[in-house]
Parts: sequence; C-alpha cells; structure tokens
Amino acid sequence: MADVDFTHTTVEMRGIVKKFGSLVANDHIDLTVHKGEVHALLGENGAGKTTLMNVLYGLYQPNSGEIFIKGDKVEVTNPNIAISRGIGMVHQHFMLIPPFTVTQNIILGKETSGPFGVLDIQKAAEEVKAISEQYDLYVDPDQKIEDISVGMQQRVEILKALYRNADILILDEPTAVLTPQEIREFITIIRNLTFQGKTVILITHKLREIKQAADYCTIIRRGKRIDTVEVEKTTEQELASMMVGRSVSFYVKKEARIPGEAILQVKDLVVRDNRNLKAVDGLSLEVRKGEILGLAGVDGNGQKELVEALTGLRRVESGGIFVHERDVTNRDPRDIIDSKVCTIPEDRQKRGLVSDFTVEENIILENFDRKPFSSRGVLNFQAIRDYAGKLIDTFQISPPDGTVRAGTLSGGNQQKVIIAREVSNDPDLLIASQPTRGLDVGAIEYVHSSLVAQRDKDKAVLLVSLELDEIMDLSDRIAVIYEGKIVGIVNAVDADENTLGLMMAGGGQENG
Amino acid sequence: MGKFIKRLFSGTIGVTIFSIVIAFIMGGAILLLAGYNPVQVYMVMIEGVFGKPKNMAWSVIKATPLIITGLSVAFAFRTGLFNIGAEGQFIVGSTVAALFGYYLHLPPLIHIPLVFVGGAFAGGCWGSIAGYLKARFGIHEVISTIMLNWIALYGHNYVVGMPGFARRTNISCDIQDSACITLFKNWKFSEVGRTWFGAHPILRDIFKTPLNSGFLVAVLLVILVWYILNRTTLGYRLRAVGFNKDAAEFGGINVKKSIVLSMFIAGMLGGAAGALQVMGVARNISTLAAMEGYGFDGIAIALIGNNSAFGCLFAGLLFGALKFGGARIQSPPVRAPMEIINIMIGTIVFFIAIPRLIRMIIRWREKRKGDGDA
Repeated sequence: MADVDFTHTTVEMRGIVKKFGSLVANDHIDLTVHKGEVHALLGENGAGKTTLMNVLYGLYQPNSGEIFIKGDKVEVTNPNIAISRGIGMVHQHFMLIPPFTVTQNIILGKETSGPFGVLDIQKAAEEVKAISEQYDLYVDPDQKIEDISVGMQQRVEILKALYRNADILILDEPTAVLTPQEIREFITIIRNLTFQGKTVILITHKLREIKQAADYCTIIRRGKRIDTVEVEKTTEQELASMMVGRSVSFYVKKEARIPGEAILQVKDLVVRDNRNLKAVDGLSLEVRKGEILGLAGVDGNGQKELVEALTGLRRVESGGIFVHERDVTNRDPRDIIDSKVCTIPEDRQKRGLVSDFTVEENIILENFDRKPFSSRGVLNFQAIRDYAGKLIDTFQISPPDGTVRAGTLSGGNQQKVIIAREVSNDPDLLIASQPTRGLDVGAIEYVHSSLVAQRDKDKAVLLVSLELDEIMDLSDRIAVIYEGKIVGIVNAVDADENTLGLMMAGGGQENG
Repeated sequence: MGKFIKRLFSGTIGVTIFSIVIAFIMGGAILLLAGYNPVQVYMVMIEGVFGKPKNMAWSVIKATPLIITGLSVAFAFRTGLFNIGAEGQFIVGSTVAALFGYYLHLPPLIHIPLVFVGGAFAGGCWGSIAGYLKARFGIHEVISTIMLNWIALYGHNYVVGMPGFARRTNISCDIQDSACITLFKNWKFSEVGRTWFGAHPILRDIFKTPLNSGFLVAVLLVILVWYILNRTTLGYRLRAVGFNKDAAEFGGINVKKSIVLSMFIAGMLGGAAGALQVMGVARNISTLAAMEGYGFDGIAIALIGNNSAFGCLFAGLLFGALKFGGARIQSPPVRAPMEIINIMIGTIVFFIAIPRLIRMIIRWREKRKGDGDA
C-alpha cells in the first residue's frame, strides 16, 4: 500500500440527502474515497448504503448534496454520465444474459463492429482476453454464462465494468453467492485491482470480509454516516456495534443435548426442478428429536427443491419421506402440516405471507377453517383477533396491531409473523429455509434464538441456509448438499470451515 | 398541490366521485362542440331519470342485470380471476331459464325458484369450464371465457330456433306465467287492478313498467356476496388464492379447487342475471346478432364499484340511470346522440382507472426502491 496516493481523492460525496416519501434513506452523508483504496460501506439492510451508491451511479437523484469525481463537480443524472467518468457498478443480482457467451455479455451495449454494423466478435474476444490477462481475471471468453459458476459470472461482471474503462468499481454485496474458497479468490482479485490503480467501493454487511479486504470503512446506520475508520485499527466487534448501535452477541447460547429418535427420514429422494433436471438426486438424511440439522451448500444445489418436496409443494419422483415413520411422500401440503411439520419458507413474499392480507389473516393461514377461528364455515373474528393479539405480544411484532396489512411490515417483522404462525402450531419438525435472509442483525438474533428454543423443547429442526456461519453456529450436525446429494455429514463441534467449503464445492475437486 | 392530489387519490370513493364529475364535464364539452346546449341535455337526462316515478322504476329495471354481472366480475376479481365471461354466463343463464320457464308447468312457488336456480347453475357450470381449464391446463381465463362467450351466443341462437320452442323467426315462446316475476303481472291488467290503479296514479305509473322482484334479488345477492367474501372461510380461502396463490398453497389450501369454485360462483352470478332478465323483463329469448353487453358492462361496473359488493350496487344503479336517461336525450327537443352516454361512461372508467394506474406505478416504483436496498 506504500505506493498508493492517498492525497488524491477520487470520489467525494458531500451532504447527500435522498428521501423516498417520508423515509430519509440518506441523511446528509459524506463519503471520501481515495484513489487505489478498497473502501467498505457497512450497514444493516435498509441502512441506505445501496441507495448512496445508486445516487453515485446516477440511478437516483439526490434531494440535496454534491458529488465530486476526480476533483470535478458532477451532476450524475443518469448512469451514462457515471460510466463516462469511469465508474462501474456490479449489482448484487447479476445483469447477465445466460444463453450469451462471456464475450457477448461483456461487450453488450459497447459492441465493436466493422463496416455496415457487422459485429466483430473475434476482435471483441481478443480484447476481452487481453483485459482478463491484465487483471488476472481468468475467464473463457467463448463459454456461455449459463454454463459457468457463480464466481465466474462475477468475474464477467467485473470485466464488463473494466471493459468500459471503469477505474472506480462499486461492488454491491459481492460475496453473498460465493463459497468460502471463492470468497478468498475474490478478495485476491480486488487486492490485485487496487495494485493496478483501480478504486473499489465494497457494499457489505459481512464484517470478516471488511477486515480481510478493506482499507477504510464507512459505517452507515439508519441513513446517517456514523464514522469512517481505518480497518486495521479496529475490530469486528467494534464495527458491529457501530453498525447496529448497541453491542451484539455473535454466538447463540446453546446447551449440549442428546438427540432422540428420528422425526424426519428422507430416503433416496429424487426430485426434478422446473427445467425437468434432477435437482435432488438420491438424497438421504435424518433429523432427530432435539437437534438442529444444518444443511449447508452453495445456492442451486437442490436445497429449494428438497424443501418444496418436504412440504408437499413439489412432486417426488422416487424415494420416500417419512415423518414419525409414516410415509408422507407426495402428500399435499395440508396433510404434511397435519403431520406436525411446519416450515419457514425461503421466500417470505412469495410463499410465506399474503401481503395484501392483514397480519391477523396471515396468522390463521393454516388454521382458518378450524375451531375456534371459524365454525360451520363462518369466521370468528373475535377469536382470530384474540389469538393474533397473543402472538403479536409473545413474538414482539411491531407495529403491535393485527389489522395492518402484512406487506407494510419490515422484513424482520414479516419474518416474525411467519415464525409466530409456524412455531405456535407446535410442530414436531420445523423446517427453516434461509430464515434470516435479508434480515438485520437484531432480527437475526431473534430468529436464531427461536430455532434453538424449538430444539430445546425436544423438537427437530432442519435448517437450510446459504450462510455457512449461521449453519456452523446453530447446528448440532451439519449435512453438506452438492448437486442434489448429501456429500457428507459432520458433527458441528468437529466441523471447520475449510473442509465444509471443500465439500460444498463438490468434495475438493478442482471446480473453476 | 401535491399533497392535495395525493389525498384526493388516496380515497377510493373520492376518486370515483371525482371521475363522475369529470365525466359530466367532458360529456358537456363534447356536447358543446357538437352544437348542443349541455345544460339542456343534462336537464333532460335528469328529468328523464328522476322526473317521473315510472322513469325511476325503469332505471332500476335497467340496473338490475348490470348490478349482478358487476358482482360476477367483482367476485372473480377479488379471488384473482378476470371474468370476461359474464356475458356468456348471462346468455347461458337466460337460455336455460327460458327453456325451464316454457317447458315446465309448475306452481309459481316451485317454478320461480327452479327457473332461477336452473339459470344460475347453468351459468355456474359455464364459468367453471374456464376455471377448470385454468386449474388443469393453465389456460388463461381471459382467453377461454372470450371463446366461451361466442359458444354461448351461437348455442343460444340455436336454442331460439329449435322447432317447438321458436314462436316465430328469431324469437322463442314466452315463459309460463308461473315462472314470471313481474310484480302484479296479471292483477294490474285485471278489472279490479285497473280500478285500484285508477285511484292511485303514481303507483299506476310505476307498475306500467315491468317492475319485478329482480332488483330485490340483486340486493340480496349483493349482501350475500359481501358476506361470503368477508365473513366466511370460503371467502377467506378464495381471497387468499387471489392475492397470493403460492402462499395459499403453502398454507395447505387447494388452489386448483379454489379456482374452479371461484369461477363457478362468478358464473352463477352471471347466469342469475340472465335468468332474472328473462323472468322479469324479456319473458322470452331472441336471436342475438351480437353480444348485448350485459357482461361487458359488468366489468366497468366492477371497476367503478372498486370490486366491492356494495360498490357494484351503486355503480349498477348509476349505469342503469345513465342508460335509461341517456335514451331520453335522443328524442325531441334535444335530439342529441346516444353516443354521448357511452362517451361519459368511458370517461368515468378512464378517470377511475387512471389514478389506480398512477398508484400502481407509485407502488411499483417504491417496490423497486425497496429492492434496491435489500
């Protein structure tokens, strides 16, 4: 870092205010980024970090404030202006066209063409190759996006920005989809980029990555800049408390338990996905009373299809699912709920809640046609209100009002409504599929303690998550899923991140 | 100003009233351009509707089928389905009612409910075809109901011409008196009735029209639909599927069954409207050269009524009044074209739809912003 010129400011944002209606997403935020540094933006979900970067990239117009890029005051009214000033942004969800090749994706919108507008794909491929060699970002220019791994796709996104001569790269939650190994490679890549004079702004809520990759870190909480710190001189604990505004515990307290008999048994399960491929391919596992079984794996290895099969939403091709030794294979969701299996679904908005229903109406979703909530086909609103009120109290759902539309609640509170509904059914098996996705630290703590409470009541819990840390913290046993199969099961106490990471990538074989 | 607009657009009833006012202004402007005196035209219209008790009775008669087809569309919409097929369900309902009404000979106490239920049930079956096609094969109900509308139309025309049923070309035999729901239908023409009505000119005026108990049925159906949607587990289930079928399925609700059931109920309403029209007003069925538009008007009524049961009642009455009052402006001294009424109806729908469109865009944009920071 000795050769980095810290006197030269490359991005300076002053007093940025961005309001959405009555919500102030950015409240007089200042940000100074120097050339050649990795600057992390840290904050909880909804703190305003992505908004700030969208302002810089020209996707949003600020209500007030000034932006200086490389010393010039710039009105960034649209992304083209930002791009022409050398800013590139890689969004959290990749903007790639799966059936196109790497080259086609990279040059999209800036195609090299010969006379009469004929696309010169050969020349473009060479250019792409040159850039990828220059920055040590190896990709195969002729492969299709749909055939390469997520880590590779991310490289393509970065190359796309570099191809447009970006020297300031904004990366939005870049590691959310990567395995631990890929994350390590990714950190090397951005280090490399900064040595070659590029500037990287990293949006993240993962503290460890900041420690590993960033030089400076600006913490944003509820739309306000809290502080900018030199990463070397701080700790993860300090960063976390600045982010949340109070001290947080990272670890869930959990007593050792001896698990009982198996509640859920899955035998040689085969399930096809929407493309009719075998997403779950001969999978077997067991979840026992009083344990949390964590299912670790990289996204897209059959987790979604497995959970859908377990909940009766997707047809099982072969194999069996047994709850309390009763065969529930290909039963409908009602039957499975009645076998005392409840689920916190992966997608709150899609599966978990009817967002146009009130909180009360959502709370009775699985029980609306039972006493006391209805009798002879007529709903009993008093009973519903009483019950919902009790749950709102117990689970501290905010606002404490059952008559508001569920869609107006914050993500964390929506999740609480779902957890309240599912846990109050007193299930013998609770399936939690990515239960903390998109939640802030406070809400995550809550969800985690609910899962552990369930386990401590001697119930079985199947936790499916893409966050390896979460799996390692909560589980008693960890099963790793890869290409629809369980490639290994380890006791959580014996697990280490490296071995798990290798198993997640297919048992340690070279994989991209 | 921005705040004012926001407040105005936030209330549904406010939007509706605002749209109606704008529609009258627009209609006036067009009348003015066409060289008519809008004040005079509107006076004639208002006079036409409220001037005589008879005219008010006519407006109610006109409104009755529209209220019910509006309910049909609104019910389907609340459960996530777009019932373009109220037209066909109406036709099927009227055909079956005419057949039952002519061929069956029963005492009124049995005949009337039987014809009504027969028509409604037939409409329900017609609707559930579209529901089944959607649930089983994923065929969108808009496509299938449009096609079913035409099948209903030609089937209807076939029935009208059936030997033994056709009274003369293009018209069927009348239903039996025992199936008719026109109020005091015989008594009002009898010696006693005439004398009595002679002494009560206002009532005589009202009952000159085919005033029938259909409107009462319509009001009962409004209450029933409201109750089903908002107070029963059936309504809860159907609305859950309508709002978010994935979550409903997750919660153990049989989505496919719900879709078929929902289209059956919507179809029953459409069929009921057709049956009541035959039983109360037309008494027979005739060959249709084109769709009569009861079902299509139902779509506009459901929209104006914000898909609520009671909203449909008021929107239906407004339509009935506009249609009947509108016909009056064609005659001297005004001689304004009937199309003015259609322009006004179009304007109302347009202005009601626009704020909703704006709100939809606002919500969509907010959602996008929300995603931006997720």
